[in-house]
Amino acid sequence: MTAPRDKFGRPIVVVTGMGVVTSLGAGKADNWAKLTAGESGIRTVTRFPIDGLKTTMAGTVDFVTVEPFSSTGLTERLADIATEEALEQAGIGSKGDFPGPLFLAVAPVEVEWPQRLEVGRAIGKPEFDYHDLLRVSGGGKFAQFHHRFMFGSVASHLAETFGTKGSPISLSTACASGATAIQLGVEAIRRGEADAALCVATDGSVNPEALVRFSLLSALSTQNDPPQTASKPFSKNRDGFVMAEGAGALVLESYEAAIARGAPILGVVAGCGELTDSFHRTRSSPDGKPIIGCVRKTLADAGMTSEQVDYINAHGTATPENDKMEYLAISTVFGERATQIPVSSNKSMVGHTISAAGAVEAIFSLLTLEHQRIPPTINYDVPDPAIPFDVVPNKARDARVTAVMSNSFGFGGQNASLVLTREPI
Amino acid sequence: MTEPKEAWITGIGIVSSLGEGLDAHWDALNARRINVDEKRFAPYIVHPLAPISFDVQIPKKGDQRQMEGWQRIGTYAAGLALDSAGVKGNQEILGRMDMIVAAGGGERDIAVDMAILNADAKGNSAPSFLNERLMNDLRPTLFLAQLSNLLAGNIAIVHGVSGTSRTFMGEEAASIDAARIALARIASGQSDIALVGAAHNGERPDLLVLYEFGDFNLTDKFAPVWARDKNSGFALGSAGVFLVVESKEHAQARGAKPYAKLTNVVADLAQRKQPGAVTKSLEALWSNLGALTDNGNLITGATGVEPVTSEEKAFLKRHPGYAVRATGTTFGHTLETQFPLGLALAALSISRGALFPPNDPTGLEVEMSAPPTQIVVVGTGHWQGEGMALVEAIS
Repeated sequence: MTAPRDKFGRPIVVVTGMGVVTSLGAGKADNWAKLTAGESGIRTVTRFPIDGLKTTMAGTVDFVTVEPFSSTGLTERLADIATEEALEQAGIGSKGDFPGPLFLAVAPVEVEWPQRLEVGRAIGKPEFDYHDLLRVSGGGKFAQFHHRFMFGSVASHLAETFGTKGSPISLSTACASGATAIQLGVEAIRRGEADAALCVATDGSVNPEALVRFSLLSALSTQNDPPQTASKPFSKNRDGFVMAEGAGALVLESYEAAIARGAPILGVVAGCGELTDSFHRTRSSPDGKPIIGCVRKTLADAGMTSEQVDYINAHGTATPENDKMEYLAISTVFGERATQIPVSSNKSMVGHTISAAGAVEAIFSLLTLEHQRIPPTINYDVPDPAIPFDVVPNKARDARVTAVMSNSFGFGGQNASLVLTREPI
Repeated sequence: MTEPKEAWITGIGIVSSLGEGLDAHWDALNARRINVDEKRFAPYIVHPLAPISFDVQIPKKGDQRQMEGWQRIGTYAAGLALDSAGVKGNQEILGRMDMIVAAGGGERDIAVDMAILNADAKGNSAPSFLNERLMNDLRPTLFLAQLSNLLAGNIAIVHGVSGTSRTFMGEEAASIDAARIALARIASGQSDIALVGAAHNGERPDLLVLYEFGDFNLTDKFAPVWARDKNSGFALGSAGVFLVVESKEHAQARGAKPYAKLTNVVADLAQRKQPGAVTKSLEALWSNLGALTDNGNLITGATGVEPVTSEEKAFLKRHPGYAVRATGTTFGHTLETQFPLGLALAALSISRGALFPPNDPTGLEVEMSAPPTQIVVVGTGHWQGEGMALVEAIS
């Protein structure tokens, strides 16, 4: 039996259950089949009118519906679906009684337009101001809007449904949120506070204002037609990311606890790291030092060298800035190997699931380890000579993979990386 | 497991309706001063931010323009905390400092929202209308001023705090958990030093609407938190509070002077559908807090909202030897900032050798003349989330 502690004397943290929903489908099997077939989940938005928008496509999850519709309601439902799958695989605790804390990556919550318009219409006159809006808001008619649009509402729903223990933590570190949720779970287990943690990341926020906000920052691809080819990570003709929805859920356990109950061990979270970029609100420091430092901290946390990593699941958003900076960071840390090691971006197919991305991509990384097959970067027809990565272009590839690095970099200088391995190292 | 490391509060930054900094707050609390505005949002009542010159902590106007009010308040308070801890500008420390921010979301552009709502009421609801108005009328940078994690982002940019950066959300509970995780990381040796806190802008009509949905707003006439039995609710308050928490070894090695020790932080999510659940939850947290004296001090962020305030009162009645202070009376309800505010005032009181005087006509708050060695901080969310901390004098 392998020692239950890592080389730093900390409890080894393993993954014993995973669940995933993306625009490709619900569940690991469906997602993995489509991901390795190089299919795109990006489509023209049909949920709301797209007239007047610069970007009209997204990776929406249209096969899940909630009534009455709200992005937060969809976000919650996606988390439910992913969590149910993860718990079933892990076989931990009992129904409604998960023996550990919840760490939830979720998009910031706010009152949404359909509900705001509903309140406005309740005033019943054609000219009104905020006082009129306030006057009709109380009295219990819209009581459910308070609950729905509290930041903690998704987490408390999950905590109640799945019986997680203690105060559930909702967090946002922008595009790194999913990785941060995993990191918090790993730290809790390493501290010995818990034997198990439920780490969930979810995002169902494709709505008009969200699309407009990213559009106004010129962050989104406008290559609307055909939508399936819009997301072009590492290509010379990339022009932005594609918003998408999805959720990922992971059951983390100490290796010791997992072995003791005979749980399936799907992989190991060998290391995690983060380093903040204080350069700019949306741009990376031009020297790349924070992301280079993030990657190095993560390797150090895993007690590994870059030579031991044999696949990188890239952040790869397909914004001109991100992909360039990610190459700078990887080439600085990995040296000559940067052009040899496979580096692919799931976002070419599922789009950017924002708050969920770190967890969704960690799950795809673990599936890569399980199947020994690397999902491709699709839409890679015009290579960017400034980014000479082996992006696993357009077709999945069988490969020997023992350790994966998964990167997440976000607005606000949020950088987080994970190292995932098949076996304890 | 190795012995948990002792954690000290070595920096406090506070801005609120009472002013900025520790001396201003100490004086105002001792003078029982309350800054409340019953007119601006009448019939709703708010505790407005005292006039602040943001240039002092946010020197670049360009940075200030990139932020909405809540981010400016928080970035300002964070700067005060770093100054207070003597680490401002110390890039070696800031570059490895943890940052855990409890955040809500940013302001709306009220004019844009109201124009859209009014046009809709006049029957202008063509499919493209909302999209076009948003595309044309929203300021491109407003999004960043709204994003929850951009308070942390701004603190990194303005003050250089750049070790780790985590933003917790979820109203009052977010900051209880922020303090809990910051302490756990230091106690276990995962980190040496952390900046933890929150900011809230209570002068926002969009927030009044959000809380009006649940009938949580105090209206018509101000009353202290314990005297709202007949007219329950909270008055939103503007405040930013940040603390620097570090391991004793780390503080001693750099010669930092502590205000107090952060001994423990515990949190719960009571199932409030059950009557009495909050009383029970607080009692359970109390018993997990550590060794408590019989006649101590307690600072609570009780909101004045019912039934939770009555449930908290029932808990307080079981501990009659305690001198209680409710920050809600003086500062209003500051949501995510509620708990850091309690921690800050506890550490401040311990460092000044006195608990500030009561401000309560109902008699629930009693005088306390003995210098505090322990202060229990209680945070009870207006709709969910319960937490408690123990702040102690360093022996």
